[in-house]
Amino acid sequence: MRWLRRNVIVIAGLATLAYLILPNVVVMVFSFNKPNGRFNYSWQRFSTDAWKDPCGVADMCGSLSLSLQIATWATLGATVLGTMIAFALVRYRFRARGAINSLIFLPMAMPEVVMAASLLTLFLNLGAQLGFWTILIAHIMFCLSFVVTAVKARVMSMDPRLEEAARDLYAGPVQTFVRVTLPIAAPGIVAGALLAFALSFDDFIITNFNAGSTVTFPMFVWGSAQRGTPVQINVIGTAMFVIAVVVVVAGQLVANRRSNSAKA
Amino acid sequence: MSALTEAPPAADLPVRKASVRKRLVPYWLLVPGLLWLVVFFALPMVYQASTSVQTGSLEKGFQVTWHFQTYWDAFKEYYPQFVRSLLYAGTATLLCLLLGYPLAYLIAFKAGRWRNVILVLVIAPFFTSFLIRTLAWKTILADGGPVVHALNSLHVLDVTSWLGFTEGDRVLATPMAVVCGLTYNFLPFMILPLYTSLERIDPRLHEAAGDLYATPATTFRKVTFPLSMPGVVSGTLLTFIPASGDYVNAELLGSTDQKMVGNVIQSQFLRVLDYPTAAALSFILMAIVLVMVTVYIRRAGTEDLV
Repeated sequence: MRWLRRNVIVIAGLATLAYLILPNVVVMVFSFNKPNGRFNYSWQRFSTDAWKDPCGVADMCGSLSLSLQIATWATLGATVLGTMIAFALVRYRFRARGAINSLIFLPMAMPEVVMAASLLTLFLNLGAQLGFWTILIAHIMFCLSFVVTAVKARVMSMDPRLEEAARDLYAGPVQTFVRVTLPIAAPGIVAGALLAFALSFDDFIITNFNAGSTVTFPMFVWGSAQRGTPVQINVIGTAMFVIAVVVVVAGQLVANRRSNSAKA
Repeated sequence: MSALTEAPPAADLPVRKASVRKRLVPYWLLVPGLLWLVVFFALPMVYQASTSVQTGSLEKGFQVTWHFQTYWDAFKEYYPQFVRSLLYAGTATLLCLLLGYPLAYLIAFKAGRWRNVILVLVIAPFFTSFLIRTLAWKTILADGGPVVHALNSLHVLDVTSWLGFTEGDRVLATPMAVVCGLTYNFLPFMILPLYTSLERIDPRLHEAAGDLYATPATTFRKVTFPLSMPGVVSGTLLTFIPASGDYVNAELLGSTDQKMVGNVIQSQFLRVLDYPTAAALSFILMAIVLVMVTVYIRRAGTEDLV
């Protein structure tokens, strides 16, 4: 009983962790299912059919590659624009700082459906053709603020004296930026870019409003929830999960080794 | 910061030209990104405002007629969905706080060398598309499945259906399923800010509280929780705001009786094509959320949140 009382936080925390992980486990297990009907919701029998033919469903892999393309371009756009803003905000003084800060903060404090709907009214009024470009525009818009926040945090903690030292050692402004400023800011920029990629790749609400008849991967999943969920969706979900975990763990190991060798 | 903005003495013309160019640098850095936000975030709000006071039909076209009646009509017709959205989002936020706090505390103070592993596990669900994970709840909460069976034999469902959270021996297509999905989807947004602010607390403060004869409960109430307030505030905002506008969980896990305001906006915009009503609903939602968030931030006293 005393043991229970002392470890109540650990038990509650682990229970929450289980709640978070459970759906991923279900997705993984059901990627080996062979459902009877069109919906992959109840367990029938073990099969590796879906893994042998991941692109066996019409249009799914096309939507996946479209999502990857959009996420790549949106990440690039949002990271470049967001990094520029972050540097300006931390390093310079200018007018209307308050207004600029709220313009950057508001997209993060707005329910997605409001942004999605208002952007659609703009495109409808301008008579824009909904599709790849309208999705990309929307994604850069909502990723931008997150990149600014991530990069700003890093640049703010940077010691400006390092750049002054570079100048004193006769480095030009370009050389200082490329060889001193950028490497120090890099972790913030990478974090912002990763966040942007994840947000764009997984976005459904804003895309649903502004995609027209273009189908991204989340929209394919949404549509399949009505028509019937192929097992291949779970295969893609599981593969994404495994790849991402491997990348994160590998990155952690590399970082650990580097910091160990730096200590030695 | 000042070293870069200080204008050098303008002795002769070339130097002054250079200083003008230097002073323009921040604007060159700011303009492209801000222009993007102005054109694709702020301007759409104006278009939406104008759409909401238009009348007409899809065939004949819409005209601005300053028809504010739309707002009242939309609110009158859909206020159950508004109330439901705020209720579900509020409940989900509270549940996220109750479930997330122990885990954040565990990672910050008790995990030791497991800290990074647990952090990765908290972020890991993001690596699978959230729609796929939400669909997985359909399997987990399926009628006659192990979860429903267990809840049934523990008589939990008797209590919840008496309270109106579930119906009979079903969990799917009830408020409980939708709130459960919302809680699940936004839980990491609660845990991460909580963890960041808990991690900053000096553990020696706990020892000091103990030395001063505070019980663990008192230490938590007087030391740990107040110091974690910034995390609580940003966590609740990051959970409540997206949850209030969400329509995915209500659509996939609920029935027509659990539709939230997001569902109405979505169907008015994309299926019914009644743009003025949809725009008005979206504006009302935005106003409600902004007012609630502002009041909340004032109350919680962390205005340097941004």
